[in-house]
Amino acid sequence: MTLDQIDRAIINALQDDLPMTHRPFQPLAEELGITEAELLDRIRTMKDAGVLTRFGPFFDAAAMGGAFCLCAMAVPEDKFEDVLTKVNAHPEVAHNYERKHSLNMWFVLACETPEGIGQIADVIEGETGLTVHQFPKLQEFYIGFRVAA
Amino acid sequence: MTIDATDRKIIEVTQTGLPLSPTPYADLGAILGLGEDEIMQRITAMKESGVIRRIAAAPNHYKLGMTANGMSVWDVADDQLTALGQKIGALPYVTHCYERPRALPEWPYNLFAMIHGETSDEVEEKRAEIAGILGNALRQKDILYSTRILKKTGLRLRKKG
Repeated sequence: MTLDQIDRAIINALQDDLPMTHRPFQPLAEELGITEAELLDRIRTMKDAGVLTRFGPFFDAAAMGGAFCLCAMAVPEDKFEDVLTKVNAHPEVAHNYERKHSLNMWFVLACETPEGIGQIADVIEGETGLTVHQFPKLQEFYIGFRVAA
Repeated sequence: MTIDATDRKIIEVTQTGLPLSPTPYADLGAILGLGEDEIMQRITAMKESGVIRRIAAAPNHYKLGMTANGMSVWDVADDQLTALGQKIGALPYVTHCYERPRALPEWPYNLFAMIHGETSDEVEEKRAEIAGILGNALRQKDILYSTRILKKTGLRLRKKG
């Protein structure tokens, strides 16, 4: 999909919190010099094209009662596929990436409770014989999550 | 803040997105049999308690031409971490910027930031920019590029009763 100037301006503007008003798209449409209908149409088109992954509330999963933790392991090359299969078999393992470093397997554990994280990490350590390093987020630096379109 | 059953319904209905209508909150009300005012009050309360961070768009970096990304990691002096972390997190090409614990001796890094760019050269340029911002609070640095996506089922919370 080719994005024009207005599409890019929309992508930038919509990364701000949507106003809590009866017609929250109206001010942005006016600012861009288009109708409300055209604005909504452009958003819809970009969503359909996958340019916008989603448009809606961003939920804080931890505030909703879930626990998440980034983890990493140093996996010897000859054991990689075997360890990969064991780790991925756990439904609590969401994203899992191979990265270039001695710590070469990076995954996110998602559990209902904070205690669950430690429990799954222990199980994975037992299954693989490798240390699961846990890197929970201590602080989040989240000012204007911005992609400059 | 405790979320009640009605809040859960709002969360459920909006998980896939906000109605793309001129009056999205009124529409949500119509779907759930609630007044627009109540919808707005409940969403505002959830924003205040942090359950909802914001109502916004999530752009797809790849579709915007930013196909290169790397997990940059930094060993930053602890007493300056918060102030510098906020500066780094505010950069337009940085996402997922967090303080995380070190795992010494092999992992001395306490600041993580995903850097996005159109090419890996660009990512490296941006990495140098970040190093400049961190200045002499920076002791060591590295960047990890992903070579394979091993699993990507996404994060799913089981519904609570």
